[in-house]
Amino acid sequence: MSDSELDAAFFVRWMVAAAASVEREAGRLTELDSAIGDADHGNNMQRGFAAVVKALEADAPTAPGAVLTSAGRQLISTVGGASGPLYGTLLRRSGKTLGDAARVTRQELRAGLRAGVNAVAQLGGAAPGDKTMLDALVPAVAALETSFEAAAEAAEEGALATVPMLARKGRASYLGERSIGHQDPGATSSALLFAALAEVAA
Amino acid sequence: MLINVPETVVADALRGMAAAHPELVVDAENRVIVRRDAPVADKVALVSGGGSGHEPLHGGFVGPGMLDAACPGEVFTSPVPDQMVRAAAAVDSGSGVLFVVKNYTGDVLNFQMAAELAEDEGMQVASVLVNDDVAVTDSTFTAGRRGTGATLFVEKIAGAAAEEGMPLERVEALARQVVESSRSFGVALSACTTPAKGGPTFDLPAGELELGVGIHGEPGRERRAMMTSHEIADFAVDAILEDLRPRLPVLVLVNGMGATPLLELYGFAAEVRRVLDEREVAVARTLVGNYVTSLDMAGCSVTLCQVDGELLRLWEAPVETPALRWGR
Repeated sequence: MSDSELDAAFFVRWMVAAAASVEREAGRLTELDSAIGDADHGNNMQRGFAAVVKALEADAPTAPGAVLTSAGRQLISTVGGASGPLYGTLLRRSGKTLGDAARVTRQELRAGLRAGVNAVAQLGGAAPGDKTMLDALVPAVAALETSFEAAAEAAEEGALATVPMLARKGRASYLGERSIGHQDPGATSSALLFAALAEVAA
Repeated sequence: MLINVPETVVADALRGMAAAHPELVVDAENRVIVRRDAPVADKVALVSGGGSGHEPLHGGFVGPGMLDAACPGEVFTSPVPDQMVRAAAAVDSGSGVLFVVKNYTGDVLNFQMAAELAEDEGMQVASVLVNDDVAVTDSTFTAGRRGTGATLFVEKIAGAAAEEGMPLERVEALARQVVESSRSFGVALSACTTPAKGGPTFDLPAGELELGVGIHGEPGRERRAMMTSHEIADFAVDAILEDLRPRLPVLVLVNGMGATPLLELYGFAAEVRRVLDEREVAVARTLVGNYVTSLDMAGCSVTLCQVDGELLRLWEAPVETPALRWGR
């Protein structure tokens, strides 16, 4: 597909695909979270994205930015925990950066997501290497310059790369050295988000 | 588990609270628990909240002399900003609102967003962060120390100060003084079972214990072969005293994690008192019971809070909540 075809409907399909993916993988996310967190990441993401889809079904915005802003607001209002504000901020800030354009290019989406990822880093006070969602998001946004596919692959690799890391932020950080050897649940769900994006773009 | 389905655990419990406590307004749909006479004129309002699974914290501490409102989240998941703003609006008399926040990334982020939204609505909001768990190494490179048992001390003492009509800055300063004067250490004899997972959150074989656990079923920092109550008290109290050497008498909270019988908790409280006597730490008051729990986890935590005359007076002040209740 040509880049200029990224309209609001594309973004709605992305959110629907993300919800389906989170639904499918909820058990795995919760399993990863029980190793180094508190065993609820799958359920929380499932609840949040179900609310996102419901809100978009009730009232689908006509601009890509508005779709992401609406999704972010739903996540903040329904997820709780750290994931709610962090994922909510990611999508809201990305959406606000896209503005009210009716169509956006892949490069414009990349710029929007980069602003969203920066806002997440600022809010959570984390940096790449801390074993958080940033370890999937940062390489994914960089690779989005090449293609949707490359972004999904970079996110997946980023999530896998969290396994040997020592957690420095969030609940896993309480484990210290014992956090090593486990894949970060937040980085894993971030990879699902980019896999869903590649899926709807294909 | 004594539940219907995992999805309705929190809502079901709130309906039960409403049935048992007509002195509270329990909004099960929006997940806000408010004392019935709120907003109380000319009184600073205290609002807290956090994940469910720690009952009676926080909803059981709503009432005269303690919290004005509490917002329960999903099990072990912080509530959302919408709940906190709704709670603040319901209890604010115009004298300001103090958010009592346990130091977990999720709680901090959601309360931060809520404070901004409430201020946008014209409310005056201050926040105090509770971070008393000495098992967590505190550094700028981590999420910092967890908020655990000291939350009860903060909510009780700041709640009494607010009830006496002290202004927001004073209530906030006292809450901070309690945080700075408090330290905790927790031990798990078993993992807990979250309704969503249906199985233990970590694998702890019988005959072993986890030292330095939090209250969310997360594993601790160290695992050892089972210790006696005597040995656990030595370990926990010394871990605290290493960090805070009290110059004043202390309030002692011997807290059960949910599945340890009171018989064992009182036995443990005797051991805690023995260690404190041996270390020459004066005890002002001792509270024993299940107050800051972790679902069905077996185990306990110790919290010490050193108190001057004013903090002790506020601790002793009358309180009337489902879980903590005493008169003059």
